[in-house]
Parts: sequence; structure tokens; C-alpha cells
Amino acid sequence: MSTILVIEQVLNGLQFGVMLFLMAAGLTLVFGVMGLINLAHGSFYMVGAFAAAAVAGATGSFFLALIASLGVAAAAGALVEMLVIRRLYSRDHLEQVLATFALILIFSEGTRWLFGSFPLYLNIPVYLSGPVTLPGGIQYPLYRLTIIMVGLLVATGLFLLITRTRLGIQIRAGQSDREMIAALGVDISKLYTIVFALGAALAGLAGALVGAIQSVQVGMGEPVLILAFVVIVIGGIGSIKGALVGAVLVGLTDTLGGLVLPVFFKLFMGASAAASVGSSLASMLIYILMVAVLIVKPSGLYGAPA
Amino acid sequence: MKMKSMALALSVAALASTAGAEGVKVGMITTLSGGGAGLGMDVRDGFMLAIAQSGNSDIEVVIEDDQRKPDIAVQLADKMIQSEKVDVLTGIIWSNLAMAVVPSVTAQGKFYLSPNAGPSALAGKGCHKNYFNVAWQNDNLHEAAGAYANNAGLKNSFILAPNYPAGKDSLTGYKRMYEGDLAGEVFTKLGQKDYAAEIAQIRASGADSVFFFLPGGMGISFLKQYADSGVDLPVVGPAFSFDQGILQAVGGAALGVKNTSQWNKDIDNAANAAFVTSFQAEYGRLPSLYASQGFDTANLLISALAKSGVADADGFRAALEAAEFDSVRGDFSFASNHHPIQNIYVREVIKEGDVFTNKIIGTALENHADVYAADCQM
Repeated sequence: MSTILVIEQVLNGLQFGVMLFLMAAGLTLVFGVMGLINLAHGSFYMVGAFAAAAVAGATGSFFLALIASLGVAAAAGALVEMLVIRRLYSRDHLEQVLATFALILIFSEGTRWLFGSFPLYLNIPVYLSGPVTLPGGIQYPLYRLTIIMVGLLVATGLFLLITRTRLGIQIRAGQSDREMIAALGVDISKLYTIVFALGAALAGLAGALVGAIQSVQVGMGEPVLILAFVVIVIGGIGSIKGALVGAVLVGLTDTLGGLVLPVFFKLFMGASAAASVGSSLASMLIYILMVAVLIVKPSGLYGAPA
Repeated sequence: MKMKSMALALSVAALASTAGAEGVKVGMITTLSGGGAGLGMDVRDGFMLAIAQSGNSDIEVVIEDDQRKPDIAVQLADKMIQSEKVDVLTGIIWSNLAMAVVPSVTAQGKFYLSPNAGPSALAGKGCHKNYFNVAWQNDNLHEAAGAYANNAGLKNSFILAPNYPAGKDSLTGYKRMYEGDLAGEVFTKLGQKDYAAEIAQIRASGADSVFFFLPGGMGISFLKQYADSGVDLPVVGPAFSFDQGILQAVGGAALGVKNTSQWNKDIDNAANAAFVTSFQAEYGRLPSLYASQGFDTANLLISALAKSGVADADGFRAALEAAEFDSVRGDFSFASNHHPIQNIYVREVIKEGDVFTNKIIGTALENHADVYAADCQM
């Protein structure tokens, strides 16, 4: 195992983590501020990717496609919040889960009805394609580096938004006492719509960024959603900082586990069996990580103690 | 989500005419939602096209979506057998679902015609007289890829496939024929979308070529990321990663890649020419190999029904074994374990006008059967 391979895998883990962060940030905000479990968050990821693919197909511009993914996902988020989610805040979690699960089905079948079942074509633009050579002779795809940069920029932006702006103060206040800030004259329903749309927009951006290197298809959001839930449980529900740390931890664990475990099992079993056992165990690794974190810190790394 | 689409006018006609005793009821369980939906739709469309063309109004088809989940497939099979009273089941795309459904179906005396999945366990010791595979045994196309790799002078392959029965059959099949060394062997997660980690391993491995089996959306992701990574080793694979349904999404990244298939749209026979033209006219897209397999499965069923009703199980089985239908692949027959004996070709990805598609450039294996037949005691 060469150093170059390890560094490349660390970058891959970081890129994966940053992408998960974009998903988890919205999820954790919505849960933290509104106390709502939103299973339909993966649908915004899909909506963003489809919007990007459609706009890229029509205009040929990847930049416009990213803007579209943000805009369409935010609009979809705001619409869903006003039509459906608003009625769920006072209900218990089971009813929220049922209603947002229904939203997944509606979004998936609606998208299938609009775009069909076959994957759409969304390619990375020419100016971001191909590898770049990093110091030390490491070749790494420019596009993945760009994802890491975008993710870190968004993380910084969110951090500033939460700590330095009026909206951020309201969000933090909403997290600690909903009734009180409503009583203080903050338009709480507008705040909820904004937070929900912001979360949806970030998910849509993640969908568009990732759609360009993977495939844009119906149902692409749900596997990521599960990982995003793992991330916010590890990081502590409601904490943006926790979401970032949790996402990078999950990303690195998943990527490096897939690399190290098969090599480890090769020490005492055949190559074929080691590949099989190692990769099976590697896919469990992030859940093992989650269990380990929960044993030590039951409310997550940065979660407020229950 | 539980889409229950009765087979359009056809089944309505069948109901209206109350075909009764001579009719046969077919249960199709296939993947119509989620990441693998394109494969199931191709099988369904090919199958229904053949039924419509036959004008046989005694065949009623019930179609259900398994969502690529084994537990749902098992429930659907039970429901179809117990309350719908189907005689023949078909449609499953994925080997892990086939392993969950087929043994119980055949144990209940029903027939199962596989239009896709061909896990090794069902071709060898687990074979059954009522189970027929009309596509291939899982290993076949990968064996052909191994044979092609030898001819192409590849000496050090890096091989990867998803961690499920067909993925294991795939690497076994490739290694059976391939004579060179292995630079690495990796199992990925089923449904995995990001292959950055595997591509990094390929780069570090010193391989001279890459063999991969990643059907559906997995192949799209891998090929796009591979093309972007700067690794430019030659790629070999089975047709599943380069079929008609996904080539458009992969785009130029797949151009020139060699892949192995038992079917292609340019195989020269009357049945195939008619199939390709009529499929395009009906559905407005080029057929994939999955569609060809669905089409052949239906035609096999129709040919057998012309000789014997399903009520006479022995007669119906003998009629299936004879396989007297015009396969779009050309010559087609069953080995003793009810899996195909057929040619497997090498194809190259080309661009025809604006459409990415495949063309046959040679034959990898002639009249090829699988190695598990010897273990099959019916």
C-alpha cells in the first residue's frame, strides 16, 4: 500500500464526507429547529440533480445547472413546507415519518412520470474534467477537488450564517425555545419556510454535484439519506458543526475501511475470500462507528445532552 | 408503489373471451422502480411485444414490481401463486432475488422461465426440472470476456464486481477462462455509486487492463468516473455495463470499449431484424439485450404452449426443452440443466449518428454451455 494510494483515498473520503455534509446540514437544521423528521430530504437531492440535468441539457452550461439545482430544490422545499410539512410540526414523529415517506413516493413517481425510468445524462464540464497533478505526483480528478472546495465553502458560509447574522440568531433561538421566539414577535412560520428551503437547496446542490459523476436517476436520494441520518446521529442532532465532523468521519471510515480491511484479511486468508469478507465488513463499518459513538456519547459528538 | 398493471388490451381481451381451460396465466415479477428499473422495463417490454405479436389471446400476464428487494419478490410470488393462480412465473432481473424466489416456485410445481438472472447455484446442484433459463448462466458472458482478454494479449487484469451472487459468478467466470495474472480483485457494494476508492486502487495496482461487471446505474457511475480519473487502461466487460439503456447516459466515455454479449441488434437473422424494427416502432427506443431476453422468453413460452397445455406438466416441459422458436440470437438450445447453449460475441461500443450503440466484431465462444450442468441431477 503506497503513500500515494493512501493520500488519494483520504481525498476521496474527504470528498464523500463533504457531499454527505451538504445533505446532513439541511436535515440536522430542520430537525434541530422544527423538531421534524424529514424522510423526503433525499427527494430534494434527486430534484436538484434532475433540475441540473434538464438545464444542462437545454443550455449546455454547468454553472447555470448548479444555480437551477439550488433554485428548484429551494422552491420545491418551500412549497412542500407550506403545503404539507407545516401541518406536521405539532404531530408526533410517527405521523411525520409516514407523511414524509409518502412525499418520497410522490416525488419519485412524479419524477419518473416527467423524465422516465432511464438515467439522465449530466456530464462534468470540460473545464473541470480530467485529473490534476498535486504535489507529490498524486493525480486526482479536478472535479472531485472542486466538490471538496464547494463543500468547505458552504460549510464556512453556513457557520457564518448561524453565528453572525440575524437569521442565524433566530435559528439558534428557535432551536432552544420555539414558543419564546414566537412570543417575541419573530414570524416563526416564515423562519421555518426559510430554513426548510435552505436545507432543500443544499441537498439539491449535492444532488447536482454528485449527479455529474454518478448517475441521475429516480431513487438516487434514498441511499444517501440513510447515510445522512447516520451522520447527524454521530454528529449530534441539530448541530451544524457535528454534521461536518460526522460527515467527514463517515466519509473517511467508509473509504479507508474499504481499502484497509481486504488487505488486513489477506494476511490470513486467500485473496478471493479476503476481498469478499473485507468488503462485506467494510460496508458495515460506518454503522459500527455509529454504535461506538453512541455508546460513548449517547447524544452524539456535539449534541446537547438530552 | 404497488403497481399492478394488467397487460393492457390483451388481458382485457382474454378476460372478455373467457378463454377458460386452455388459457395460461403468467406472473411477471420484475424491477420497475428504483435504480434497476430500466432493466425490468426492457424485459417487460420485450416480453409483452412478443405476446402481442403472437396474437395469442390465451396468455394473461400479471405484472408486479419487486423494487429490487428479495422480501418483496417472495411476497409477490406467494401472492401470485396462491391468489392469482398463475401457472408460469418469469421476470426476475437480479440473482439475489432469483435465489429467494425460484426454489419455492418450482417446489410448488409451477414453472419458472428466467429472462435474466442465472445464478450458479440454480444451474448446478440446485437445478430443477421446472426451472428454465432463457438468458444465460451468470458465468457465461464473463467467461467470454476472459477468453477475449487472452486473445487481446492482456496479462495483468484488475477485476471488480458487486458483492452478490451474480458478482461472485462474474469474477469466477472471468478467472475460469482468463490465463494471465490478477493485479487485484475487489468486491463493491451492490448499488454503489462512487468508485473513487476502487479507481485509486486500480491506479496503484500496476494492472494492464480492467475487467468489471457493474450492471445498471453502477456501470454508468464507474465509467464516467474512470474516464475522468486519468487512468487510461483498456477496459473489458460483459454487455451489462454497456447495454443500450445506459450507453446514452455514459456518453463518449464508453466509446471503443470491448464487451461480450449473446445478442446484439446487428445479429443477422430474420427474427432479430423484425424484433429490432418492431421494438423501435412500438417503444421509440433501441432494444437492449434485456429486451431481447424478454422477447425470447415469451417466444419460448408461446412455442411450448402451441404443443401442450400447462396442465400437462410433462408435455409442457418437453415442449420447453425442445426450444423450437426463432430466437433473435440465431441458434439456441437448452443444455441438460435447462440453461442455454449459444454463441457469445465480442462487441465494440460505437456511435451511430447521435446514438451510442454496439457492433459485433467477433465471436468469443461458440456453442458455449456452462460448467455446472454436470452437477445437475433432475
